[in-house]
Amino acid sequence: MKDRYLRNVVTLRFDAARCDGCGLCLEVCPRQVFAREGKAIAIVDRDACMECGACARNCHRGAVTVRAGVGCAYAILMSRLRRRGTCCGETCGCSLEEDPTA
Amino acid sequence: MTGEKGLPPPTCCAGRQRCCPASGRRQVPHWQTGQLATPAGMVPRVATRLQTRDKLGAWRVRWGLGRMDYRVPPGLYAVGDPDGNAPVLVSANYKLSFDRLRRELAGLSLWLLVLDTGGINVWCAAGKGTFGTGELVRRLEAVQLDRVISHRTIILPQLAAPGVAAHEVKRRSGFRVLYGPVRAGDIPAFLKDGAKAAPAMRLVRFGLLDRLALVPVELVAMARPAGVLFLALLVLNLAGGGPPVALLGRALSGFIPFLGAMLAGTVLVPALLPYLPGRAFAGKGWLSGLLWTAVYAFLIAPGSGWMATASYFLILPAIAAFLALNFTGSSTYTSLSGVVREMGIALPAIVVSAGLGAVGLIVSRLL
Ligand code: SF4
Ligand code: SF4
Repeated sequence: MKDRYLRNVVTLRFDAARCDGCGLCLEVCPRQVFAREGKAIAIVDRDACMECGACARNCHRGAVTVRAGVGCAYAILMSRLRRRGTCCGETCGCSLEEDPTA
Repeated sequence: MTGEKGLPPPTCCAGRQRCCPASGRRQVPHWQTGQLATPAGMVPRVATRLQTRDKLGAWRVRWGLGRMDYRVPPGLYAVGDPDGNAPVLVSANYKLSFDRLRRELAGLSLWLLVLDTGGINVWCAAGKGTFGTGELVRRLEAVQLDRVISHRTIILPQLAAPGVAAHEVKRRSGFRVLYGPVRAGDIPAFLKDGAKAAPAMRLVRFGLLDRLALVPVELVAMARPAGVLFLALLVLNLAGGGPPVALLGRALSGFIPFLGAMLAGTVLVPALLPYLPGRAFAGKGWLSGLLWTAVYAFLIAPGSGWMATASYFLILPAIAAFLALNFTGSSTYTSLSGVVREMGIALPAIVVSAGLGAVGLIVSRLL
């Protein structure tokens, strides 16, 4: 089951005119936001995007843009309070690398 | 990553630990087993079996009892008996990332390039940019990888992609970046398949086990505020007088509704995340808190009086909502924009609701 967060909030933009179809964005996206439709690339699951920025960083044509950041309330709160702090210590998105079954 | 609209990029997982102590000679780390001669000098060989102390460290981190306070020295390492054609894996110098990777590599022969990410794991370091194009290119040069291997391909964890631009690396170093699977456990299959990742290897997961694995850290993080609250209740109950046992009993029974709300936010929400209705985390938390409040008010402690009951309905779901909001950072699918949107609505509501509830609760005690 694919979890999805809020609808229509992400800043992901894709400019099909610039894209050459290399497919790297498909590879780096951990949320399968892009898909190949025929030869062309398209955004097929916008709301799944977590704004990690991997696609934009790796697009050699500059066809993808996104305001990248961490979806962590605690980090946002701390930065608003202008407190430089550690976010959630070990848990901030770090669970991405956890493998509790191992 | 840059913040926009005056929003500084959130800091994540800042490392607190220091590197090797400045004093004395460097000891050979326990995970090193011998060395390998290469055209670019001696390269340490890494054990693929974790020792008890490695596992203990991982366990401590899971329970939030401190991070492992040492980093892996950045540089080139060997696994097995690699030659010039062997694949190269790149990783962060956070000890746990390093351990998770090497324990999957038993029986393989390859090179391991450890970057200096400041002792921070791949995903967080990539977000900060310390696992980035610059560090990678510098490290490739520093270890003279081009002299050690005959090919020009390096394999990065997919989760490093937010920090590394593959085309930039190619341009600046000549090395071609391949993104490997998200999970270290899939690396053997990935390599066996000719460096091809099946679609499932490219997805982050957030299954029940993944979510429950985060509960201990959440619980430990909550221990302090819970303790403070309990002490506050104790002090408030001092006014009632009576023997210490009765005092403790009153404080405890006053504490139970709050304890339940905290558990609703930190255990129920992670456990039932996909099944709780709605998409906003605060909403999911609020509902779990509401459920608990209903159980408490109608089944556990009926007859608390209408004012206290109403106050509990204001304060307890708000606490659970706040804790659930905090869980956004631990989840693997929330976006910055989404959390900002959610916070804008939820935080004021939480503050108002909890504030009114607290006032009501105090008033109900005085009446
Ligand atoms: S990485 Fe850029 S150019 Fe390549 S397919 Fe994706 S959008 Fe198109
Ligand atoms: S920002 Fe991340 S999650 Fe969103 S589309 Fe790009 S790679 Fe996928």
